[in-house]
Amino acid sequence: MPPEDEAIRPAIRALVAEAVAALPDDRRARSWAGFDAAFSRRLGEAGFLGLTLPKRYGGHERGPFARFVVVEELLSAGAPVAAHWIADRQSAPLILNFGTEEQRQYYIPRICRGELFFCIGMSEPGSGSDLASVRTRAARTETGWRVNGQKIWTTNAMHSDYMIALLRTSGSSEDRHAGLSQLIIDLKAPGVTVRPIVDLAGDAHFAEVFFEDVDLPAEALIGHEGEGWKQVTAELAFERSGPERIYSSVVLLDAWIRHLRGAGRDDTATLDLVGDFTARLGVLRAMSIACTARLAAGESPVVEASLVKDLGTSFEQELPVAIGADLAAWPDEAVDAELYRTLLYVTHLAPSFSLRGGTREILRGIVARGMGLR
Amino acid sequence: MDAADLIEPFARMLDTIAAPAAVRAVEHGGSADAMWAEVAASGFLDALVGEDAGGAGLPLAVANALWQELGRRAVPLPVGETMIARALLAAAGRPIPDGPVALAVAGPDRRTVVPFGRVAHHVLVESEGRLHLVAVASGDPEATGVTGDLSAVMRWDALPDADASAAPETGLRAVAAVLRAALIAGAADRLVEMTAAYANERIQFGKPIGRQQALQQTMAVMAEDAVAARIASQLGCAGAFPPALAAAATAKSVASKAAARIAASAHAVHGAIGISEEYDLQLFTRRLHAWRLADGSESYWNRRLGRLRMGSEAGSVDFTRAELFSA
Repeated sequence: MPPEDEAIRPAIRALVAEAVAALPDDRRARSWAGFDAAFSRRLGEAGFLGLTLPKRYGGHERGPFARFVVVEELLSAGAPVAAHWIADRQSAPLILNFGTEEQRQYYIPRICRGELFFCIGMSEPGSGSDLASVRTRAARTETGWRVNGQKIWTTNAMHSDYMIALLRTSGSSEDRHAGLSQLIIDLKAPGVTVRPIVDLAGDAHFAEVFFEDVDLPAEALIGHEGEGWKQVTAELAFERSGPERIYSSVVLLDAWIRHLRGAGRDDTATLDLVGDFTARLGVLRAMSIACTARLAAGESPVVEASLVKDLGTSFEQELPVAIGADLAAWPDEAVDAELYRTLLYVTHLAPSFSLRGGTREILRGIVARGMGLR
Repeated sequence: MDAADLIEPFARMLDTIAAPAAVRAVEHGGSADAMWAEVAASGFLDALVGEDAGGAGLPLAVANALWQELGRRAVPLPVGETMIARALLAAAGRPIPDGPVALAVAGPDRRTVVPFGRVAHHVLVESEGRLHLVAVASGDPEATGVTGDLSAVMRWDALPDADASAAPETGLRAVAAVLRAALIAGAADRLVEMTAAYANERIQFGKPIGRQQALQQTMAVMAEDAVAARIASQLGCAGAFPPALAAAATAKSVASKAAARIAASAHAVHGAIGISEEYDLQLFTRRLHAWRLADGSESYWNRRLGRLRMGSEAGSVDFTRAELFSA
């Protein structure tokens, strides 16, 4: 880790500590799903958003390692990052890479200030892992585009200002990757309806979004018409390689270790489990840093990122199972309500860890192709 | 000099002297003297000996890369162990013997399995915090009875303290553990290559079995485990020699856990041919299991790391940063 990037840790840590001070562990465990627009704006004001983006668009021209430090501090403390998360991680880099100068000047500085929030419109009722089968269509009009169709499982659509959607602009779903484009959709445009979907933990962090004759200007297109698939693939490499793929259960891990220390446990089974998690966390962090180094060198480590995400989410999913087994193996030991709620929240949401950003099976397919298997 | 400039000639030398036929010959009781003479002449045995003592003074991270090359070829000699022994002896200002040296942690009235005990001349034994250099015969070596195994069962009831020096603070077992993790990583990498190549050649149901999604998923997990073992072994060797406790524990825990799974997947994909003597797969899978058991399994190191972790009030990310990434 470059020392100049490590040097920003105390400042982001202080900001995070203030934001999570009043949050119980089961709220902090929601981190990605924790929406706090004011906190995101504070991060923007303090210069922690758009870290890797050019200064002329309000960014800070730091490398991927600076971003690693900031994300690590946010997620390991369980800060509520949902508001700016997608805009900062994916939308702004996408707009920088593929957008017009006007699009860059309009959107990126506002994202860096924590003022504009984005969601990503990929899944549809008939398109999950098979993303190339999307049917929602944007048709050319005299002034721009008219969108009809539906997206679903869109994280944070109800709180977002814009959606960057993968849409069919020509051909049909039989044409697969050809004929797909990305458009920036103003979610306040007439004809857009957003309906939150309540999840099994009682939260509404995702939504379904309906488009009925939604008219968009010509400049809603991002990048090139028909190249949406290529752009989306590039975007996913950013999404899959960061520290966010190893820290989803770390608030629970820390709460459990505090419990063990309080209970004074030092039997071999407990130490074995604590040691196993600690060793794996360390190795996953080293793997994530190795991916970040590839990003810093200007590469796109698609296979490595898939591999880290698969190992990382497996770790994140095993934690609640093993911690549950451990706590209930000591039925006469008191478990406080906050730890119990945190455990069950993570347990219930853990299946989503290996769905979002590419399912386990899809990622393993990418790794297998990287091994030369066809 | 770039580390790659060192590793490449080392790997090339091993390719010439430790082809599978040569490995089998030593396992079947043939002489390893000629093979050892080549290794000794290469100068790599003093890789970790300080420059002031006439060695190369290479960082532990470079030794890790050399050790992985040994694992990748199932080299049937304690080359890594001898590098470690020579570095520890030189650091203590003690004379360094010729010939291969094995490593052991022993106690009175206890029999212990010493990796490469059958082909070593000396053993560097840690007993009650002291390091003793003894001839192999002093440990009354016996074969383990496991086919092809180069380990020996040894026992020392009394060790002369006169020439002993202090053991490393974290213990000889921790030093041996990072070597073992690197050997596992090298052999694992070789097994991933062999298994992917086999899956692309072997035809069943009219197509290469590597096209079956079920096998692709198995092999992807195998590749992930192999990368985890490699990164873990590198983490174990990221700091100075001898390694810190948390680094050694992390390396050996993750590599050992991966070892058994990787061996199982390699055999699952290869089918019956993989468990035949004449096919090379077994040279590597047998070693994965032996190295997993040597110098503490994942459970042993998890317990030691777990105790260290439980002694800290820090959060898990801060703990790993401080213990594993501060080098």
